[in-house]
Amino acid sequence: MKKLVISLVLVNLLAACASNKPAETTAATADSGTKATAAAKTAAATTTQVADDRLNDPTSILAKRSVYYPFDVDAVQDADKPVVQAHGQYLGANPNRKVRLEGNCDERGSNEYNLGLGQRRADGVKKMLELSGAKSVQLDSVSYGEEKPRASGHDEASWAQNRRTDINYAK
Amino acid sequence: MRVIQIITGLLLLIQASIASAVLDIEIIGAGEKQIPVAIVPMGGDAKLSQTIHEVVVGDLMRSGLFRMVDLAGKFLTEPSQVSYADWQVRGAEGLAIGNVSALPNGRIEARFRLFDVVKQNELVAQAVTASDGQVRAIGHRIADLIYEKMTGDKGVFSSRIAYVNRRGQNFRLIVADSDGYNEQVVLAQNEPIMSPSWSPDGSHLAYVSFETGHAVVFVQSLYTNQRKVLADFRGSNSAPAWSPDGKQMAIVLTRDGSSQIYLVRPDGSNLRRITFSGAIDTEPHFSPDGQYLLFTSDRGGSAQIYRMPVEGGPEQRITFGEGTNYSPRHSPDGSGFVFAHRNNGKFYIAMQDFQTGQMELLTEGGWEKKPSFAPNGKLVLFASEAKGRGILATVSSDGRVKQHMFTQSGDAREPVWGPNP
Repeated sequence: MKKLVISLVLVNLLAACASNKPAETTAATADSGTKATAAAKTAAATTTQVADDRLNDPTSILAKRSVYYPFDVDAVQDADKPVVQAHGQYLGANPNRKVRLEGNCDERGSNEYNLGLGQRRADGVKKMLELSGAKSVQLDSVSYGEEKPRASGHDEASWAQNRRTDINYAK
Repeated sequence: MRVIQIITGLLLLIQASIASAVLDIEIIGAGEKQIPVAIVPMGGDAKLSQTIHEVVVGDLMRSGLFRMVDLAGKFLTEPSQVSYADWQVRGAEGLAIGNVSALPNGRIEARFRLFDVVKQNELVAQAVTASDGQVRAIGHRIADLIYEKMTGDKGVFSSRIAYVNRRGQNFRLIVADSDGYNEQVVLAQNEPIMSPSWSPDGSHLAYVSFETGHAVVFVQSLYTNQRKVLADFRGSNSAPAWSPDGKQMAIVLTRDGSSQIYLVRPDGSNLRRITFSGAIDTEPHFSPDGQYLLFTSDRGGSAQIYRMPVEGGPEQRITFGEGTNYSPRHSPDGSGFVFAHRNNGKFYIAMQDFQTGQMELLTEGGWEKKPSFAPNGKLVLFASEAKGRGILATVSSDGRVKQHMFTQSGDAREPVWGPNP
């Protein structure tokens, strides 16, 4: 029952998102979380306090919700550290906000190994968020390993997109 | 009696969800020596006879160890009709004959005989029965008898396999006969399913499901379809493996940090951690004597295969050289293991002997992962890719005979060979 409700909510949110924004052409699987989050945020903004939510600002660094990795690496790369730190500071200032960190991998490796690697990626982002001001109760980390690829090709262009941690805000 | 009726009812229910027949099978290569056998279609019910004949011939041909002798129009069903000289002239070493009939109680009975044409004696005379609708099972049983008598090794045609079929976002956990037919859907959902693992008696599957949003280990009965959560801690719960006696399981949890190996009873009690590396330790697999675990770890900087006593103790790296290695599985005789080897951008199915430490590639390489042995150790089932799709494949443990099995649609992933019934 709970699952059904969640599914319905997701469908509604996706619909809301589709009507508010131009359609995106990336794979639906990997993006549904992001879309739902964006939609959730929109819904939250319209119903509750609108003030000071930089999450809505497409020019803010907080608009970046993914960090990317080299092959078989789980440490946040220097280029992405400011993104993670900005989210950590935002979460520190907004203790009612929660995020779910979703680690993903490319398909090279066994899927069990990649499940472990994706978890390390998500946990690495979680740790950096905590160091930047977020509280552990605001954070949940999971791994999809290689099971939910954003891009499905057997090539570096696809793999590079799939090696990432998504920072997904919950309502 | 009532219990039996209930179980039968549930089995029928599971049967009802069978997807329509599979699949295309390609066979590549042949065994070093192929035993010539003459398989005469059975007398009696023509339709049953035809199905049994197809199954028996298909099983034996896929093994790569048999060659079918031309029957030259000969048809016989009784021992009194056997002329050894006739079959020696045709080069047959084995001759199979029999009769099949539908019994009044709805069951099917096949009376089967196998002769050694060279030694001129009867090797088997057996009545094999099955319920209506299980005619393929009779064929597999007969193929097992022929295989065992002619090669000296136990057959595996009556065993089953499990795998995951992915079609877009739809994932189905499937159990099928060893030839891919007779599919039964164990679980269907729109979230990933990984790492099915058979209980040693074939009654249960453990697997990883993402249906609650993260990786959780479930154990499900194949008879009742009832299931329960084995591990649902924070982060990822995965890689279930059963001990040979079925009394404990190894699983991988991230609840204390990075992926580490834990032991737990199948009812979820007595959970305890047995690796403490802080690296990724995963894919545990019990040795046939239950004393050791093989597993994958990146503690040395890249993914390699390690071995350790089940109750804890020194962990020893056992794969070296170029490339990385994953998904180790002991051979049924305990002398070695099979695994996925990645090097130069390709995945290969590889085997290694514990004594020599030498790695041997069984395949030419491609996108080949997740190997598991057939119960007799003569075949290895693995996930491969062909024509842009994930497929099931087997290779004989000497690397000579390969087989590709194409399911009707979607990608086949995560195959694992079950125990003999």
